[in-house]
Amino acid sequence: MREMMYGDAIAAAIIEEMQRDESVIFYGQNMAMTDRDPMLKRFGRSRVRIAPISETAETGIAIGAALTGLRPIVELWMSEFMLVAFDQIINEAPRFRYMSGGRVKVPVVFKAGYGFAAGWAGQHSNCLYHSMMGVPGLKVVVPSTPADAKGLLAASIRDDNPVVYLHSYMLTLERGEVPDGEFLIPLGAADVKRTGNDVTIVAIGWMVKKALAAAEQLKEEGISAEVIDPRTLAPLDVNTIVSSVSKTGRLVLVDQAPRHSSAAAVIAAEVSEHGFEYLRAPVRMVTALDTPVPYSTPLENYVLPNEGKIVQAVRSILANQAVAA
Amino acid sequence: MAAKRRWEKDRLVWIYQQMVRIREFEEAVKRTFIEHPQVIRGHAHLGDGAEATIVGSLFTRKPSDMVMPSYRCHGYPIVLGTPLKQMMAEIYGRKDGLCRGFGGSMHLADPERHFPGTSGIIGQSIAHATGAAVSAQIKHTDQIVYCFFGDGASKQGAFYESLNMAAIWKLPIIYILENNQYQAYTHFSLEDANAMAGEPLSKKAAAFSMPGRTVDGTDPVAVAEAVGKAARRARAGKGPSLIESKFYRLSAHGNVITVPPLPTQFPEHEAIAVYGNRAEFEEWRAKDPIGQFRARLIEQGTMAEGDAESILQSARDEVAEAVRFALDSPLPAPEEALNYVYA
Ligand SMILES: Cc1ncc(C[n+]2csc(CCOP(=O)(O)OP(=O)(O)O)c2C)c(N)n1
Ligand SMILES: [Mg+2]
Repeated sequence: MREMMYGDAIAAAIIEEMQRDESVIFYGQNMAMTDRDPMLKRFGRSRVRIAPISETAETGIAIGAALTGLRPIVELWMSEFMLVAFDQIINEAPRFRYMSGGRVKVPVVFKAGYGFAAGWAGQHSNCLYHSMMGVPGLKVVVPSTPADAKGLLAASIRDDNPVVYLHSYMLTLERGEVPDGEFLIPLGAADVKRTGNDVTIVAIGWMVKKALAAAEQLKEEGISAEVIDPRTLAPLDVNTIVSSVSKTGRLVLVDQAPRHSSAAAVIAAEVSEHGFEYLRAPVRMVTALDTPVPYSTPLENYVLPNEGKIVQAVRSILANQAVAA
Repeated sequence: MAAKRRWEKDRLVWIYQQMVRIREFEEAVKRTFIEHPQVIRGHAHLGDGAEATIVGSLFTRKPSDMVMPSYRCHGYPIVLGTPLKQMMAEIYGRKDGLCRGFGGSMHLADPERHFPGTSGIIGQSIAHATGAAVSAQIKHTDQIVYCFFGDGASKQGAFYESLNMAAIWKLPIIYILENNQYQAYTHFSLEDANAMAGEPLSKKAAAFSMPGRTVDGTDPVAVAEAVGKAARRARAGKGPSLIESKFYRLSAHGNVITVPPLPTQFPEHEAIAVYGNRAEFEEWRAKDPIGQFRARLIEQGTMAEGDAESILQSARDEVAEAVRFALDSPLPAPEEALNYVYA
């Protein structure tokens, strides 16, 4: 165990997997520019490359390389830049295995930061996982702690499927204990980040941190909140969520994405089908409002979910229960 | 004859004045990170070094022509006459900002001055500008489009797709490839096939059978001549041209990317910070387009030293006033965020 920053844990996973497996290659824009680059020094220009601003080719080349035996990690920096190449990610990478009747595979990791809610305005602050988590054949990973960041990335690199690995820009400098050496977290296993009895809060990425802070505040009001991080949105661990709801009877979903393009909306639907009998209050979604992300601070704060909005939502469904009783 | 010379002189001084206004504005943006931390959010990018390219290109435009720059967009509206107060207020996220605090530094827009907006997604605006040219062509407005984008953007699919379409549709557009020699932290020689072969980036024009030319982007008159020729061609219905204007970005790509509340400001230029090549930076700083043009105008008697000083002083006053205005302007009311999602 070692204390590490989230960003460094990601780098550690890449280095360890590249050391372990020669077929792993790593490229992207604005990296490996000089011979002093530590990744270049370690792995050489053959496996670590600089790419121009050419997302369609960057991602498509990764698919071709993966079809023919390599395991590329493409550094895309910001998840929005994937949109330039959305065909490759949505309608190419995840289709080959199925269309070939299982004869080929595409082991590639599309890595990008997401949700830079720090005044980056309309085109750089988005959460796009909703549009990827419903694509059969594509896995979507959103870690919320340094340890998860490392374990899930190592597992993503070893996975035989295309994986979109989205790390929260807002968590880059977060510190936490990270296991040394080989450390894998299976894709598809949610994690209970805090146990509680009165309400289940399911939060994604950066919002896990906000949900934990809200839970701490709620504790002072005598409310015991359980916080669950799905960690991967595809596959989605519905069981862990439903079993928590069977205990608490209440569900608040926290997602930085706009309401109608949130993972929260999908989880709400799953719980309404598989956990309806346990619910003692309506499900509440604490999401971004259905607007693009604005630049100015008060506008951005208004649009995005935060600790206060989570606390309010929890209070409101507990109050709702009291009225109904 | 005397009248003509007089006219030329005014125009040259006008060019110098616009260049200075851009530089002073950008210096103020940069200083804001130190003098008023946290006032500018996200990522801001400056046009210092690009002044000759911006002003030289726009020198040739008619008032109704359209201007579509990249996300590094402060310089262009300054030339178009957008009030600096509104621009600075936007960059500070204020209610009186050009875009009411919704867009910030990367997303200025002033449609009344034929500047419809920008994209932060590299390369995509090349297609938007091409669409503006379709609009001009279909409506027979006699407008042409000045499309500015970076060396980095010329590697994006939208560049190739757009130039081909502009060529086959003979669109009234000038593609001005601003080769400031860096794509964020990457020197262009590391990522461009033409550059690696020792060729100018304007060679790309040959793929679309359109004129391509590389020009000294530190000299506004050279830029104006090259762009002016392309403008005449576009206006005559003969189609697009590609101009590579080669200069040097004088500040770092942008302010340091950090997670708030950590402070951020402009770091050292990548030549030094990434490549350890101070000599390159110094060489190009010596070719600062503003210093060069100032010296030239004074030397050829077009402008007196005193005129240069008063141009600088009035630009400083104008910018100081813009900063004051922006700082005094209130932040927008939170609920405003619900506006403008749909038209
Ligand atoms: C599609 C896309 N990929 C990557 C980025 C990240 N990015 C922002 S600015 C930039 C460099 C652009 O370089 P260039 O086109 O030369 O313009 P300059 O910044 O030099 O004006 C990059 C890669 C982006 N905004 N959009
Ligand atoms: Mg550039």
